[in-house]
Amino acid sequence: MEIRSMHFKANAATALANPVLQGNLRTSKGKFVDKRRAAIADFQAEGGDFEALREAGRDLRNRVLENLDLWLEKFESTATARGAAVLWAKDGAEICRHVIDIGKRHGVTKAVKSKSMLSEEAGLNQALEAAGIQPVETDLGEYILQINDNEPPSHIIAPVVHKGLDEVADLFARVHRKPRKTGIPELTREAREVLRSHFLTAEMGISGGNFLVAETGSVALVTNEGNGRMVTTLPRVHVVITGIEKVIPTLEDLALLLRLLPRSATGQHISNYVSLLTGVKQPDEHDGPEHLYFILVDNGRAGLVGSEFQDMLRCIRCGACMNHCPVYQTIGGHAYGWVYPGPMGSVLTPLYTGIENAIDLPHAATLCNQCGVVCPVKIPLPELLRKLREKQVEQRLRPLGERLALKAWAWVASKPKLYALGTRIGVRYLDWLAGGGKAIRVLGVVPAWTEGRDFPAPEGKTFRELYARRQKP
Amino acid sequence: MRIALFVTCLVDLMRPRIGFAAIRLLEAAGCEVVVPAGQTCCGQPAFNGGDRASAALLAKKVIAEFDGFEYVVAPSGSCADQIRNEYPGLLADDPEWHGRAVALASRVHELTDFLVNVARLDRVPGDFSGSITYHDSCTGLRSLGIKRQPRELLAKLPGVELREMPGAEECCGFGGTFSVKFGEVSAAIAEKKCANACFTGADVIVGGDLGCLLNIEGKLRRMGDETTRVLHVAEVLAGDR
Repeated sequence: MEIRSMHFKANAATALANPVLQGNLRTSKGKFVDKRRAAIADFQAEGGDFEALREAGRDLRNRVLENLDLWLEKFESTATARGAAVLWAKDGAEICRHVIDIGKRHGVTKAVKSKSMLSEEAGLNQALEAAGIQPVETDLGEYILQINDNEPPSHIIAPVVHKGLDEVADLFARVHRKPRKTGIPELTREAREVLRSHFLTAEMGISGGNFLVAETGSVALVTNEGNGRMVTTLPRVHVVITGIEKVIPTLEDLALLLRLLPRSATGQHISNYVSLLTGVKQPDEHDGPEHLYFILVDNGRAGLVGSEFQDMLRCIRCGACMNHCPVYQTIGGHAYGWVYPGPMGSVLTPLYTGIENAIDLPHAATLCNQCGVVCPVKIPLPELLRKLREKQVEQRLRPLGERLALKAWAWVASKPKLYALGTRIGVRYLDWLAGGGKAIRVLGVVPAWTEGRDFPAPEGKTFRELYARRQKP
Repeated sequence: MRIALFVTCLVDLMRPRIGFAAIRLLEAAGCEVVVPAGQTCCGQPAFNGGDRASAALLAKKVIAEFDGFEYVVAPSGSCADQIRNEYPGLLADDPEWHGRAVALASRVHELTDFLVNVARLDRVPGDFSGSITYHDSCTGLRSLGIKRQPRELLAKLPGVELREMPGAEECCGFGGTFSVKFGEVSAAIAEKKCANACFTGADVIVGGDLGCLLNIEGKLRRMGDETTRVLHVAEVLAGDR
């Protein structure tokens, strides 16, 4: 996918100026945050300890990452023994090459897809179209985006969360050329009618994978719409695309993560569907694919193993960090400019696409740590964002003015007499700007502050001056 | 008990009366309060801006000025957290300074936390009367567990009516330099905070971190609200003497 993260500020301004988006963001925030809170309250009321569960989730994911290569080899051998083929992709281009090769091998002209953020990383749909294979998104949100001229998703589990009912109703009427519907059930039925024939005619299904279970060679899919089951069982060929960090050792481990993921993501105790898919269709079985491929993707992940950013690989893609982020709640996901928005995206985008391609993202956070306290695997997101800021400073990627300002502030603050003089002058300047009023309307030194709010006037003298005066008899 | 007050750079520059209010409260709790004269800034802007070297320079300065005291108290959750929870990591590569940072860390407290949990202040000197709503600043809340402490102290004032706002624990959008790097986004987040606070109809919005309070007050005034007051919890508790 094209990286547009360099335009974060402009994207954010556009988002702030869009009243429809602002309304949709307000609605979705309430839903995600309230439902998660209620689900965890239920869990606690039933005698559960969600904090202990988060710690167990963190420890499990850490254990996997310590021996990631071994667990991947184990997965490869068990999956292969069940008749699947395991392919490795180092980047997005290699994902596309693998999928197109598989398609050509099996005479595929149409592929139905359930949600896969890896295919977004790779820009897979465009590559498939160029190769003569029609990709059809079947997750309702992803389908809406695809028929809206391949709009990118704005959230990792609710891709169309930025749109309201009216927009979708207009879009369906225009694209489906049917009378405009206004109810969600009617719109959903209309989409199902369109998608049904695609399910029945596609030769290939492409899915993501929430977890890969090493002991059984299975992929676990956590979904709510049922399209994932159609995609993975109806077509002759099933291709799973997922990141190498998604492997876990056992089914017991899966049970732990399944207690964390839906509660954190959608506030459900369990999602509508949890599918565990293992191997190809056997002679005595009625459904399932004849050919099963796993494409396990690096695309920047291996580089994080053993680095100061390894904690990020624990991520199980629940979306809680963005749902609770004051910045995401205010500007939505598109402003972040690549596949992953919100705090986890602000860490992953620079790490996966190049730190110089996403200069603003590590700074696009108030470091309020709401993300850190809701993360089901306890990723210290603010700390990782701060480490990325340090990398930017080390590599001299921040604007010169900012670097000098930080240095100058620290230098002056390390010299108490100079600091006392500077603040004495500074506070009088601010007092003069306020002109005897209670607030400053335009603050020349940092105009960004007063674009959207006043700057309260200072008292007029520094504490240090007043205290020194008070100490004198 | 001889304690040092870390005034914080924002209070020094913008609201000296918060510093004096903190002194009154600490004295009311029976403390002898010392204000080390050379103190400036804890280094958060540099630390959060990715400039570790500058942050470490100021960390060493603060440690040298304050580590002789039994306790260090700051009228700010984020500054107290910087010294308490960030200095040891920041100086991890320097054995001598790391040791001093660790030795100081557990003796550094946010003001209300110190008054409730260490000094066990019984009677607060203020006589504030009116309705207030309390904004929980992020770092104090999530890193230091400051939630119950200011409310317990406010409850000692019979004239105070606390009206909790929806989303009291949500960020106000300040975020230090975030507020000027992304001024528009910051102000838009502040607008939601102001709406939630005003929804309670309280006379005063109270908090424990001046950065947040300047952000909230600035947004209120720009929104045309000239009457809702914005005060630091120390001002409310200490009164106007």
